[in-house]
Amino acid sequence: MSTPWYDKLLNIDRRWIYLLMAVAVIIPAIWPFTVPVGISGEVRAVYNFVEDLEPGEVIVLAIDYDPSTLAELHPMAEGLLNQAFEKDARIIVVSLSQFGPAMADEIITRVATSQGKEHGRDYTFLGYKPYPAITILAMGTDFRVPFPTDYYGTPVDEIPMMQDLHNFSDVECVIALAGGSAADMWIQYGNAKYGVPVALGVTGVMASDYYPYLQSRQIFGLLPGVKGAAEYENLLGNIGEASRGMPYQVTSHLLIIIVMIIANIGYIARRRAIGTVR
Amino acid sequence: MKKSIPILIVFITGIVMVMQYFVPHAASEFLFTYANDFVIVIGILALPLGIFSLMRGTVKKAIKDPKERFYALATIIGFLVMVLSGLQRSQFTTPGTLLQNLFNYIMIPCQATIFSMLAFYIASAAYRAFRIRTLLASVLLVTAFIVMMRIIPLPEPLSSWNSSLVQWILAVPNMAAKRAIIIGVGLGAISYSMKIILGIERGYMGGE
Repeated sequence: MSTPWYDKLLNIDRRWIYLLMAVAVIIPAIWPFTVPVGISGEVRAVYNFVEDLEPGEVIVLAIDYDPSTLAELHPMAEGLLNQAFEKDARIIVVSLSQFGPAMADEIITRVATSQGKEHGRDYTFLGYKPYPAITILAMGTDFRVPFPTDYYGTPVDEIPMMQDLHNFSDVECVIALAGGSAADMWIQYGNAKYGVPVALGVTGVMASDYYPYLQSRQIFGLLPGVKGAAEYENLLGNIGEASRGMPYQVTSHLLIIIVMIIANIGYIARRRAIGTVR
Repeated sequence: MKKSIPILIVFITGIVMVMQYFVPHAASEFLFTYANDFVIVIGILALPLGIFSLMRGTVKKAIKDPKERFYALATIIGFLVMVLSGLQRSQFTTPGTLLQNLFNYIMIPCQATIFSMLAFYIASAAYRAFRIRTLLASVLLVTAFIVMMRIIPLPEPLSSWNSSLVQWILAVPNMAAKRAIIIGVGLGAISYSMKIILGIERGYMGGE
């Protein structure tokens, strides 16, 4: 007796699904297309905050992610740096993830060079320190406590832009791009203890965890995953890596939706054929 | 004596550090900075122990297990190359150095690839897990469907309706559940910390 069609739908070999997923992510590479993205309030809040910065005001940008989440968070860093430099804001960059410094150094040097900004005058990169919670708490006392020198070994006291900057009271906000628990640390210690406004850029899977903090105003904005980054690029009028990554998101999500539908058609048909509840 | 002294140390340190958090004074900040230096020092001291454990296990595998030999050697060589190439500070800060190239051309692609593999597993897991077996499973399925549809470009007014619905899901039921979890975890952490400070929980001393 041949296997009923609904059982075939319910028992597709996972290797077929893997193959279909590979095809789904290859399609946009061969036939690129653009994806329209609507702008959500939480993304617009971050954009507006940076847009309203006056020349010379200071923000802290935390590159708290590893290469694993680079595809989602690096476009956010690029967009934020470009916008802040265009507003002539000064930027303190830190990295509380052990693999973050090399990526932070690369992106800030590239963006600053393209915008004609000078290290030490327009921005500084303080580097990496372990234990995010301790580092954030210590930064609340004085940036010099966890970072006596910057990433390149220059004493912080000798950096021109740091002369009048001591702790979170001297900065307008912290924008933390985090692929892990550092995001919570910025809320719990940066915002709760020192009252510095915090905005987050997080991966897509982390995003839902941070909506409660948005409503309670412990964070003033949220960039969720590639979609958040693409929305930000849209606001900036740039077609960057995130916008180019959206077609891949569309095809892969579409495939997941299709396999979910197929599995449930098979499941309902089987349940009706057998006439049981389960 | 063997137990009461550690309990006393934990009690005094715990109470002092809790009070310190609420005292905005220079002495309090000094105490905090000084205490945190201990954490960093302990962490640094734990590092050689971790490296020793990793290397001991990997070398043992390389010698005794022919099936694991290749992977064990890859670990040992990878470890030694990264450590040796990163001994000079300039290796981190100068573009084009061996360490920078290893990071940019091996570390980043490897980590990104491993993370990207999730897409394949998620597709397979969604196929197997999201089935309308019960009412709650059906709610989960419909919610996942709606949230994922946000990524797909839909014609108007479907797109606006879906977007509003997703915002509502994230801002109301999702937030209620997350908030309950966060509050629960917070209360649990406070109660566990109190038990440690008061000497009721003594697991950190080992054995009990």
